[in-house]
Amino acid sequence: MERSDITHLRELNPPKLNAKAIQRRRSTKAVTMTTATPEREIKEIARHHGVTDEEYQKIVSRLGRVPTVTEIGMYGVMYSEHCSYKSSKPVLRLFPMEGARVLVKAGEENAGVVDIGDGLAVVFKIESHNHPSAVEPFQGAATGVGGILRDIFTMGARPVALLNSLRFGDLSKPRVKQLLKGVVSGIAHYGNCIGVPTVGGEIAFDESYEGNPLVNVVCVGVVKKKDLVKARAKGAGNPVFYVGAATGRDGLGGASFASRELTETSEEDRPAVQVADPFLEKLLLEACLELIQSGAVVGIQDMGAAGLTCSTCETASRGGTGIEIDIAKVPRREEGMTPYEVMLSESQERMLIIVQKGREQVAERIFRKWDLHAARIGQVTRSTLLRVTENGGLAAEIPATSLTDEAPVYQRPAKKPAASKEKIRLDEIPQTDLTESFRTLLASPTIASKAWVYEQYDHMVQTNTVVLPGRGTSAIRLKGTKKFLAMTTDGNGTHVALDPYRGGMMAVCEAARNLVVAGATPIGLSDCLNFGSPEDPEIFWQFKECVRGMAEACRILSIPVTGGNVSFYNESPKGAIDPTPIVAMVGLIEGFQPVTGDFKEEGDAVILLGKTQEALGGSEYLKVAHRHKIGSLPEIDLMQEKALQRFLLSEIKEGRVKSAHDLSEGGLAVAAAECTFMNPERRIGVLFEEEAFPKMRTDCFLFGESPSRILVSVAEKAADSFCQRAVRAGVFAVRLGRVGGDRIQFGKKIQLPVEEAEQIWKGSFHELLGR
Amino acid sequence: MRFGVVVFPGSNCDEDCRHVLTDVMRQKVRMVWHKERDLSGLDCVVLPGGFSYGDYLRSGAIARFSPVMKEVIAYAKKGKPVIGICNGFQILLEAGLLPGAMLRNRTLHFICRPVHLKAETDQTPFTNRIRKGTVLTLPIAHNEGNYFADPKTLEELEEGEQVVFRYCDPKGHVTDEANPNGSLRNIAGICNPKRNILGLMPHPERASETALGSEDGRKIFESLMSA
Repeated sequence: MERSDITHLRELNPPKLNAKAIQRRRSTKAVTMTTATPEREIKEIARHHGVTDEEYQKIVSRLGRVPTVTEIGMYGVMYSEHCSYKSSKPVLRLFPMEGARVLVKAGEENAGVVDIGDGLAVVFKIESHNHPSAVEPFQGAATGVGGILRDIFTMGARPVALLNSLRFGDLSKPRVKQLLKGVVSGIAHYGNCIGVPTVGGEIAFDESYEGNPLVNVVCVGVVKKKDLVKARAKGAGNPVFYVGAATGRDGLGGASFASRELTETSEEDRPAVQVADPFLEKLLLEACLELIQSGAVVGIQDMGAAGLTCSTCETASRGGTGIEIDIAKVPRREEGMTPYEVMLSESQERMLIIVQKGREQVAERIFRKWDLHAARIGQVTRSTLLRVTENGGLAAEIPATSLTDEAPVYQRPAKKPAASKEKIRLDEIPQTDLTESFRTLLASPTIASKAWVYEQYDHMVQTNTVVLPGRGTSAIRLKGTKKFLAMTTDGNGTHVALDPYRGGMMAVCEAARNLVVAGATPIGLSDCLNFGSPEDPEIFWQFKECVRGMAEACRILSIPVTGGNVSFYNESPKGAIDPTPIVAMVGLIEGFQPVTGDFKEEGDAVILLGKTQEALGGSEYLKVAHRHKIGSLPEIDLMQEKALQRFLLSEIKEGRVKSAHDLSEGGLAVAAAECTFMNPERRIGVLFEEEAFPKMRTDCFLFGESPSRILVSVAEKAADSFCQRAVRAGVFAVRLGRVGGDRIQFGKKIQLPVEEAEQIWKGSFHELLGR
Repeated sequence: MRFGVVVFPGSNCDEDCRHVLTDVMRQKVRMVWHKERDLSGLDCVVLPGGFSYGDYLRSGAIARFSPVMKEVIAYAKKGKPVIGICNGFQILLEAGLLPGAMLRNRTLHFICRPVHLKAETDQTPFTNRIRKGTVLTLPIAHNEGNYFADPKTLEELEEGEQVVFRYCDPKGHVTDEANPNGSLRNIAGICNPKRNILGLMPHPERASETALGSEDGRKIFESLMSA
């Protein structure tokens, strides 16, 4: 192993040692220091970088000396929660990660990879960009999209779809409107420009997200298995290229920023938010894919969180090698940048590419073709050290794995909240006017049409979107095959707040159900776990319980977790957000068209699959019609869920199902209404017979949110046998009525013209946000 | 026929055009890199949609300076068919091959959705198979599609029957409500006086297969093939 002489280490313009400035990670001005920084100060700097005294001691003993300021900065970002998963790692091990189709497991690379046959694989991942979006919604959301795209195409996959899951506070408030507008235009700006369709996702509103909105983005890519590229630095002597945008001081310490709670002064962190350049990324995307085709690539990693530090130490760790770089060769867009700043910058649209020695010219020709700036900044070495020099002077020399695999892991204390949420008995909730409640639900921003949002996204580019947003589960075709990919994101914070274990199960089940209604078999999931501070034992308990529930559901439904992201510290001065796991799931359809949710034909029988419980806990109805966010969640039986999904899939494969729609927020009434107007070219009414209603409170039946339920329509003459087969499969089925007319009729309880219901549902966003 | 699809840095509908022309329309396609200068052997040049040069500065404003554009202008001046779709239309405007300019949509948003279009003339090589007055359904996807021209230019366009498509309602009525972006006179597509250059904001390549919900876009390609 190499061991450098410590006397060669010298500080190259360390940042100004103003404690306050470092605390805010805004240390942009540099002063030249002639003497090495005393250890007392280094220790203090370490603390300001979130490195505990104990962690500091370990670093000192690992290095065998006092680290430099640059090194402390590098350890600081790599040991941040965002990069190290130091709190979540032990809990995430609960997730089942194995599966017959899994080619690259969670954590092995930048994204998981799942085999879909015919030599093809799907690469997908979800990631959060909550904190940047709270501070600067447009750039925060845009760079979130840019980052997740890079994770996918650096593996050799062409991105074929984007989705996003957004959470905001009360949409009637001006600040929330501003945030929503900013986030939506940021997502549109990036996705539209780069030419990857934004095909789906979901948005929900709840006061808990008031000061801390959630912006979770998903990218799905497709790759020929033989073209898969890994983010590894292999082969001593192979050159390391830096490609893309020049390095500036933007996003300095973004990973650390993401690992703190939002406070009143977070706006001052705006320099920690990066600026997006989707055009440059489009060039990088095309160049990377062309480069991979040329066979000259050894490994690629994007520079996301922790920039150059993370990309170098991770590729070296995975490859079991070392890397040495000369940062004097790093293209810069600002003068006087210190090694600390260069190593920690999170400027966007940059890549680290390791090229086969001798094939440099192939790579350089491709970069030139795409007008990309590329610089050879170093090489892979036989050691296992990450060595950073500048003009011959040593700025950092760290064993690569000490930044990655050896990062600290904590068993955080978890404590069940003494009095979990206040309970409410059903008989304490009055039955309000059903029609009025129905209208209120349709207009509720969480339920109302999101056309105002998705029409700002190019959801058709690449000409594969066979199920457009708003028409059911998003699905794209894979040209040249008989395959379709269905995709969804789901997660209900209110549910998890009330019961994290059950809520976690429900999130996974709902996502799977959303795929199954399209006829897709779920093949993998990526999760984004948005929680408050893990240092709060009650929040950490929520986190553990939620993951336990999710993992349990994954095991029963046989869906492997192929990757994901944990976002802690989602807190504003008002407190933590509702714990919100977002499940991004991909499903495969082979040989038949995806099923959509809209009712198809007059006279078709409408059947409700799954049992309705007399419960309202956690429902949107309780929230918007009664202003309660309490109560017990309905129960969920994973075996029932599994039977339901299996049965529906087999019926769809037999071509017996005309429409299928999952029941979620707003329950049966909202789902049925959506089926009537989901297809603007074929609006059609529905009639439920009151005799078919079970014996329970009507509001529970119509608006309750019992899980594991699906509303389907089948041909009239096939209805009886359909129900019989359901019962034989252990699935509860009740024939509620039929498709037809131009009204939504739930017995005599609710009667509303389809057109009127649609106007309420469609008008809500426009009323709140303008045209 | 042999089509040439020009690829600018930032084009993102180039591949969609290639797919429709080869896999659906069964025609030959050559992808023409923007630094190329050779358009020989091509029967029609397509400027596809996307964000050429990121649409930084102004949509199409930088792409018009790409080396290939000199050749496209010469090619068009010879009377050969050139079709610009979305960003391609914006480039044609910036290059001066068609009159007028694009403003931001009046909603100040990007808009992606299917719209109805009234075919206003069958006297072009792009619409000779579309009877005048036919209503087509094609998607739009743009931020700057709000067509603008001075009154004199507008009069000239009308007199020369150069307005090829207008936004309309499903029944073919040209109304303000059916105008998605605020274009003057609901203009969605225009041609030059010689009628060999067409620019349109809607995307025919996104509506040429039943799987995508509409086949109306094919009619434009079919017209070209029978011209």
